[in-house]
Amino acid sequence: MTVTNLAWVLIAAPMFGAAVLLLAGKRSNAWGHWLGVLASAVSAVLAIGILVELLGLPAGDRASQLSLYSWIPAGDFSVDVGLLIDPLSVTFALLITFVGTLIHIYAVAYMAQDAARRRFFAYLNLFVASMLVLVLADSYALLFLGWEGVGLASYLLIGFWNHRTDYAVAANKAFFMNRVGDMGMLVAMMLMFASVGSVDFETVFAAAPGTNEGVLTATGLMLLLGACGKSAQFPLQAWLGDAMAGPTPVSALIHAATMVTAGVYLVVRSGPIFEGAPTAQLVVVIVGAITLLFGAIVGCAKDDLKKALAASTMSQIGYMMLAAGLGPIGYAFAIFHLITHGFFKAGLFLGAGSVMHGMNDEIDMRGFGNLSKYMKITWITFAAGWLAILGIPPFSGYWSKDKIIEAAFVGEGWQPWVFGLAAMVGAGITAFYMSRLFFMTFHGKARWNDGKNDLPGVEQHPHESPALMTVPMIVLAIGSVALGGVLMIGDGFTTWLEPVTGVAEHHEPVLPAPVIIIATLVLVLLGAFLAWRQYAAAEVPITPPAGSWLTRAARADLYQDATNETLVGRPGEHLTRVLTYTDTAVVDGAVGGLGSGAVGWGERWRRLQNGFVRSYASLMLVGVVLALVVVLATRV
Amino acid sequence: MPAQLADLPWLTVLIAVPAVAAALIWLVPALRKIARPLGMAVAVLVLIGTIVMATGFDAAGGYQFTETYTWMAQLGVSWAVGVNGMGLVLILLSVVLVPIVMLASWNEVVLPEGIKAEAAAKALAYRRAGYVALLLLLEAMMIGVFAARDLFLFYILFEAMLVPVYFMIGAYGGAGRRAAAIKFLLYGLAGGLVMLAGVVLVAVRSGGGEGALLLENLADVAAGDSAAVQMWIFLTFFVAFAIKAPMVPVHTWLPDAAGQAPPGTSTLLVGVLDKVGTFGMIAICLPLFPGASAAAAPVIIVLAILSIIYGGILAIGQHDLMRMIAFSSVSHFGFIVMGVFVGTQTAMVGAMLYMVAHGVTIAALFLISGFLTQRGATADMRTYSGMQRITPVIAGTWLLAGLASLALPGLSGFVPEYLVFLGSFEAHAAYGAFAVIGVVLSALYILLAYKRIFTGPVEAARAELTDAGGRERWTIVPLVLLVLFLGFYPAPVLDLLTGPADQFVAILGSAS
Repeated sequence: MTVTNLAWVLIAAPMFGAAVLLLAGKRSNAWGHWLGVLASAVSAVLAIGILVELLGLPAGDRASQLSLYSWIPAGDFSVDVGLLIDPLSVTFALLITFVGTLIHIYAVAYMAQDAARRRFFAYLNLFVASMLVLVLADSYALLFLGWEGVGLASYLLIGFWNHRTDYAVAANKAFFMNRVGDMGMLVAMMLMFASVGSVDFETVFAAAPGTNEGVLTATGLMLLLGACGKSAQFPLQAWLGDAMAGPTPVSALIHAATMVTAGVYLVVRSGPIFEGAPTAQLVVVIVGAITLLFGAIVGCAKDDLKKALAASTMSQIGYMMLAAGLGPIGYAFAIFHLITHGFFKAGLFLGAGSVMHGMNDEIDMRGFGNLSKYMKITWITFAAGWLAILGIPPFSGYWSKDKIIEAAFVGEGWQPWVFGLAAMVGAGITAFYMSRLFFMTFHGKARWNDGKNDLPGVEQHPHESPALMTVPMIVLAIGSVALGGVLMIGDGFTTWLEPVTGVAEHHEPVLPAPVIIIATLVLVLLGAFLAWRQYAAAEVPITPPAGSWLTRAARADLYQDATNETLVGRPGEHLTRVLTYTDTAVVDGAVGGLGSGAVGWGERWRRLQNGFVRSYASLMLVGVVLALVVVLATRV
Repeated sequence: MPAQLADLPWLTVLIAVPAVAAALIWLVPALRKIARPLGMAVAVLVLIGTIVMATGFDAAGGYQFTETYTWMAQLGVSWAVGVNGMGLVLILLSVVLVPIVMLASWNEVVLPEGIKAEAAAKALAYRRAGYVALLLLLEAMMIGVFAARDLFLFYILFEAMLVPVYFMIGAYGGAGRRAAAIKFLLYGLAGGLVMLAGVVLVAVRSGGGEGALLLENLADVAAGDSAAVQMWIFLTFFVAFAIKAPMVPVHTWLPDAAGQAPPGTSTLLVGVLDKVGTFGMIAICLPLFPGASAAAAPVIIVLAILSIIYGGILAIGQHDLMRMIAFSSVSHFGFIVMGVFVGTQTAMVGAMLYMVAHGVTIAALFLISGFLTQRGATADMRTYSGMQRITPVIAGTWLLAGLASLALPGLSGFVPEYLVFLGSFEAHAAYGAFAVIGVVLSALYILLAYKRIFTGPVEAARAELTDAGGRERWTIVPLVLLVLFLGFYPAPVLDLLTGPADQFVAILGSAS
């Protein structure tokens, strides 16, 4: 009996927590949140146990499958509920359970005032369980179960305060846009079944090298569509900003550290498919490059702290997607950045939550300023995350992002220049908007009503958050500082992933690596300096200035909602209205042969009401007699 | 199962018990007062009996528990019953839903206005007894129609089923019940008459004699005719089944019926009775007219895809909750019909499983919606807001049922829809690619309805409504368990269905 054989408990523990909390309802008010924490912690300990066990094995023996039971035995098609335990899935399991547990603990304090806190923890547990199904599944079918499960948890948590209609709308928007991506997931699985006869990773990947390139390209693009929905990548990015309606721990766990990175996991996991489909890979890189710039530009204009962070998440996942599209050379770096990002972005979000906690849930950064004085721990931990995302050496983000930029410069023709420069410029913009939000929040002059000045808004008494909140922030800050460097020792992380991602041949970028590193750093420092000059050294206006056309466009998320509304929303509404009308007016009438609809029918037949059953019975009798006559007649 | 038990005439007994009970409750005045507990006892007895019978079923065998008695010898008509895996599963669905519906409608039947106080108690008992009797009669017919192995017996039951449902809608429904009931009956009658012509034409070709109309003796019955004649006879059956199913464009009776019927009646109507349409397509159309089925398949599949998309869009456009659910079913029946006719084993298994899973899902949706609309006294979704804060159990279980309806993995709707997708795409990429639009539409109609009713600010006028009580919760529990069971562990049901699916797909495959 090895620890790995207990991998199902990873999923079962939080699933059990969720079930108990949902069934117990109000009875679990007193202890429900701690049960939620415990369930997540059990999985975290177990994940560490599995990691230790795998590290003790030779690299070649670290992948194993655990078949639990036959899920869909349907003859020609059959799929089991089975888990795949390998370095990639265990890496994810660790990220999910470790960061997840920290955020559970944080939420105990953050949600303390909410009457439905137990329900919040039930959904969080449901999320952790589903996310573990997603990454541990050994088939696309089971992955899809986790995929939809995290989508459901995300929907429930975005809409946790759905007595506000706009929050309920945000929850629906996330689900609907993900469903568009799900069409891609489903079609990808249909393609696999039609070409290979299975949706198991093992079978599909084994058959991929011999499969027609057109099929692989189509499959890859369909998987990418799914990934775009889940990971808020262009063109399915519009839901993520609105998803900030969810309580901040949710934004940290689901909409920053884990769920939204599932698309990257999907692309990396499906490596054998993408490697046979260079066109699909190119599209992945293009989507990543567009999204990283899109998110960065939007991030520059947002005054809502959480929405600025959400734009940044989108942009950082763009980096990961770009790396994942580069093939084996990028897989390990995509995952590496995903892990470091998971730490520093979760830390940044928890910091944002801590600021909101101290500021009466205020979220507009134009109403912040000089908070470093009142929230020392929040300020320092936030600074760690800020330096990490900027990519200042030796903070975590430097190691991972730098590798992606270097990899983007590898290749031939126009591609390395376009993608490399996009990644490099993106780093500069990132430095600007992240510094902007850091300075606007923690430095400069205070722009909130302290009871003595005559600034508008409720009176604020900023204060540091309780230890239940600050300790998780400190742990994540330590990760933001050191995790990247530690994992880079002796290329430890890339070597660990090699059994899954394959060994990447070394290619020289089109520019020498030191040039790329220094140029990136110069851009980053320039971005940070510009932000300092405008948002720390100069005074920040409380009401946003009108801004240039670009600022206005970025504030409106580059008109993403208007575009979707024009292209899909309004035509869809018109179609629905027209069809709803014609169904009663035309189809119903035409089929019945009576144009007057149901009401008219009723009136007309009312007179026959009493005799109706009799006439029906006689009709049947006539029918039977008719049958008798015909049969007898023909037999004679 | 011991041999002497296996030899019992199980199906005849399972049909006779509820039918006789229905007659007694209706006719014996002394039984009217205890009609509800008595009816419940009978329904549970039938459920237990069916489960015991099912334990003796061999998934690897064909038709089992067969009984054949000559009925009208000259016409070749027999009382012939028996079940294959598909029939058994649908009978199980029926007998599971009847007691649940009975429990859900326990207090549903109320007196119409204008009854004098002194006569009220008696009149109420009479009305309640009537509803219970109709339910049991319908149960007998449902078991019979899925067990029928004789074409004439099937036809008689197919037609006769209209009668109890007509009364269940027309006498016990909402304000517009009469018009809806008549519309239901007219559509059913039209389909039935067309089918009668088909039955006669088949009987003519059967050659007559004892057992002439047994389904097993009617394989490819019109083989001697020209392709055009075969097609016409096939169509007489198919049209009847398409109305029943219901498919676009002959679907318009369903939203009216479901909008007016009591929720329990809608449950059985959409959950079980409509399945007789798709059951007939598989069990009658395919074996009797394999050539015509294969020839018509492409057109039928296009209609099915149209149903999926059109039904979904119409569901989005509804303001009435019950009509929304009815249109969602039009969309779901599109998936079933497509699965039946694309001609792959995977899609066929999916279609068969879909029938059962949809029965469970729709029962949960209709019944839980019924709990809500009875409290709110209207099914107009626009009059509700923030109900999640007032009735959390109703809200949570409604969402679960809705998520099952939109085929969320882990719930009843997913596995069948997934199998239909895989199997249809295997037959033709375009089938899968168009049908997949349904997954976005289903999310829209379910979650827009959820948002409308259950989220937003609490409305003061409805703040005093109570959440689901004890009896209602016990109605929901078995449905939730079934929804999860079919989502996570559908293997026992699939085991029963793969054999019949192979057999029917082979018919279609050899014909095309």
